[in-house]
Amino acid sequence: MERPRSDDLRETPLFTPASPMLLAASEGEGGFHAPTVADFFPPAIFFEGTVFEFNRVMLIRVIAAVVLLTVFVIAARRAKLVPGRFQNVVEMILDFVRNAIAIEVLGEKNGRKYFFLLATIFCTVLVMNITSVVPFLNLAGTSVIGLPIVLAAWTYVMYLGAGVKAQGFGGFLKSSLFPPGVPKVLYLLLTPIEFLQVFVLRPATLVIRLLANMVAGHLMLAICFTATSFFLFDSAGAMKLFGAGTLVAGFAFFLFEVFVAALQAYVFAILTAVYLNMSIEAEH
Amino acid sequence: MDVTTLAEVTGNIGTVGYGLAAVGPGIGLGILIGKTIEGMARQPEVSSQLRTTMFIGIAFVEVLALLGLVAGFIVPA
Repeated sequence: MERPRSDDLRETPLFTPASPMLLAASEGEGGFHAPTVADFFPPAIFFEGTVFEFNRVMLIRVIAAVVLLTVFVIAARRAKLVPGRFQNVVEMILDFVRNAIAIEVLGEKNGRKYFFLLATIFCTVLVMNITSVVPFLNLAGTSVIGLPIVLAAWTYVMYLGAGVKAQGFGGFLKSSLFPPGVPKVLYLLLTPIEFLQVFVLRPATLVIRLLANMVAGHLMLAICFTATSFFLFDSAGAMKLFGAGTLVAGFAFFLFEVFVAALQAYVFAILTAVYLNMSIEAEH
Repeated sequence: MDVTTLAEVTGNIGTVGYGLAAVGPGIGLGILIGKTIEGMARQPEVSSQLRTTMFIGIAFVEVLALLGLVAGFIVPA
């Protein structure tokens, strides 16, 4: 059953239906079909038209979550004193999160305390991002705004909570809104900026950074490979040579996507750690 | 008075906007990463700390460019 495209776009207000900015390149039948943001809103699979509408992105997220859980359950069940190759990889990831993110930023005591949060965020973002380069999935679980919002909301609640717990409600507000060591007059300017920064911009930029990276990555990959297919099969003569170029570019972007997926997981986790640290330690 | 069209643009002006939005963060990233490399070359023993700080800085600079990308989708053509 064909539904109007605009219905598929309900998950996010970020992408309005009237934004086919990439459509300008498509030239009708058999021509070059550029990818659009509609790629991120595939038709529903189950429960069409209800709140529980289940589409391909949801399916990808469920698969990624199941894979993540299975890997960790197996690793935990078979944990041995002398790790095998599989356990080694899992331990390497957790070790990286603990040493290079948690303890590096938060220090020994708080680093161990918030390790669970940082490890969960790092692994979730990593697995959900990496689906954008897994064949047949081809779409990052984080490339639709719901999941980044959930993760950022968790971070938001955790760093506000940590701040209130460490300094008390008033103390936290005072240290984050009125940074000491500034002339009194400047608070007129500084306090609104700090308020926006702490309560709006931090979680918002976490969401936008992750989402926009994965959206842009998918579009770049899709453009490269649709261009390859267009040049190889639909164009004539020497134009086919361009196909080789776009294929190589597509492969390069594939590798770049793998790098970006890991980097974004790292950035999300390390920013969470930095925000936690800013809340816990009053500025001097 | 007749309006003379000297030049015409077709397509979405948002693409030009994104190009402009990428300039500042591009310069910023260049300075940021270049200075970090300089620092690492001078003092290799603090390079892991410098790298962490660099990534935090990159995250803040990069979000400006990404806002330019997202703005093209938010504001309808």
